[in-house]
Amino acid sequence: MTPFTYARAADAATAVSGAGANAKYLGGGTNLVDLMRETIERPEALVDVTGLAQAIEARADGSLLIGAAVKNTALAEDRTVRRDFPLIARAILAGASGQIRNMATVGGNILQRTRCAYFYDNEGSRCNKRQPGQGCDALDGFNRNHAILGTSHACIATHPSDMCIALVAHDAIVHLEGRAGKRTIPLTDLHRLPEGHPEIETMLEPGELITAIEVPALGFGRRAIYRKVRDRSSYAFALVSVAAALDIEDGRVRDVRLALGGVGTKPWRAWQSEAALRGAPATEVSFRRAAEAELANAKGYRENGFKIELAKRMIVAALQELAA
Amino acid sequence: MNFNINGETHQLEVDLRTSLLDLLRDHLGLTGSKKGCNQGACGACTVLVEGERINACLALAVQYQDRAIVTVEGLGGEPLHPLQQAFIDHDGFQCGYCTPGQLCSAVAMAEEVRRGLPSFVTADLSSDVMTLDHDELRERMSGNLCRCGAYNGIVDAIAETYAKEPA
Repeated sequence: MTPFTYARAADAATAVSGAGANAKYLGGGTNLVDLMRETIERPEALVDVTGLAQAIEARADGSLLIGAAVKNTALAEDRTVRRDFPLIARAILAGASGQIRNMATVGGNILQRTRCAYFYDNEGSRCNKRQPGQGCDALDGFNRNHAILGTSHACIATHPSDMCIALVAHDAIVHLEGRAGKRTIPLTDLHRLPEGHPEIETMLEPGELITAIEVPALGFGRRAIYRKVRDRSSYAFALVSVAAALDIEDGRVRDVRLALGGVGTKPWRAWQSEAALRGAPATEVSFRRAAEAELANAKGYRENGFKIELAKRMIVAALQELAA
Repeated sequence: MNFNINGETHQLEVDLRTSLLDLLRDHLGLTGSKKGCNQGACGACTVLVEGERINACLALAVQYQDRAIVTVEGLGGEPLHPLQQAFIDHDGFQCGYCTPGQLCSAVAMAEEVRRGLPSFVTADLSSDVMTLDHDELRERMSGNLCRCGAYNGIVDAIAETYAKEPA
C-alpha cells in the first residue's frame, strides 16, 4: 500500500473541497482497501465519507431518498424498502456476506470495481482498465465470469454489483456534489461502456461525490423478484442474475422492469426486452421473444457463451413466476 | 489514536495503512482474530464493532477509533461463552483456524435474526419475525469459510445455541 493522508469529512461540501487531485473518497473500504493493498489503487489522500448522510427517507410521493453512506445492511433491513421495494432488499441480500454488507456503503457499492481476475493480477496479466493500452488477457483467458453484453475489444469485465441491478430496474437517480455544484444523473447513465477506454468507468467529474440515491415510486414494485445463478449457492458473484417487476392487466403486460447482472460491463437495464413486452400477451412465447431481443447483441467468449442461453431462460422463468 | 477493544482503551500511534486486523494482532497482541485470506473472502478475521460483525482485514484501523470492538478474546473466558462450549460439544472445528471468526460471526448473526433482519433465503422479506432454520443458518454464515469442512459441527453448535427449533 502506498502512503496516504486521511481526513474524516463532516459533510459533503467539506468532503468535496477537501478532496485534491489524487484523493479518493473512502466508504466501508471493502473494495478500495483491497485494491490499495494490491497497489492497483494508489490514492495520496483518503477522504472518509462514512459520516455523511445515513438517512433513508421515505417521501410522501412514495419515493425513497437514500443517503450515500447508508450501509448495505441498513438499506436491506429498512421496513419501507422491504415492503415497497423488495427487489432492492433481495438484491442486496444476494450479494457479498453479512460482514461485508455491514461495512459497505450504498455509494461505494455503486462505485466498486470489477472483480476480473486479470484486473487484479497486477504483476502477471495485461489489463486495459488497469494499464490503458496494455491489452486484455481476459479476451482469450478464463472468462467464465465475464460479460457478454456491452463488451469491447478492450474489455469484457463485468460490473459486479447485485444492488445496482435492482436500482437500475427501479430507475434510480444518483445525486452528485462536485466542485461545480450539485447535479443528478440516472444510474443507467452513470456507468460507461468500456469501448476503447475501459479505464474510464463512470460519468463522474474529478472530485465528484455521490451524496444520495433517489428511487422513484413504482406502483407494481411489490410484484418483483431477484434471481441469481452462481457457482456456489451463497457468497459468490453472479454468473447471471435477473431483476424483474411485472404489471399485468387483462392478460397483457401493462408495464415491466427488467435488468440483468453478471452479464454486462455495466449494470444492465434490459431496455430491448421491456420494449418487446409492453402491450404483449403475458405468455411464455412473449417472454421468450423479449429475452431473445435483449440477448440478440450478446457476444460469448471462450468460456462464457453459456450465459447467453442461461440469461434468456432466467428472464423467461422470472417473468413466468411473476405472471403466475 | 484511541481504540476500545474488549472494554479496554488503548492509545497508540500506528501507520495509517494499518488494518484493524493488523492492529489487533501485531500491535495489541490479540492474535485470536485470524488472517486467512486478507481480502475479505474467508471471514477468519471477523470481529464485532458495536455488536455488528465486520471483516477486520478490510477495515482501516483509523476508521474504527473510539468504537466498541469485541474480539474472540472478549467473548468469553471463564466460563466459556455458551457458543464456545457448543463448538466443543459438537466438534465445530478441526484445525481451529476459522473458529474465532465463526464464533464472532455467529454471535452477531444471532442478534441480526433477533432484531428481524431478513436474509436472501427468507421467503417473506416483510415478516417481523425471523426463524433460524437450517437453510437460514447456512446462508447467514456463508461469509465464514472452514477449509477443514467442519460445517456440520459448526451448524449444529450454532443451532443448539441460537435456533428455537432444531436445524
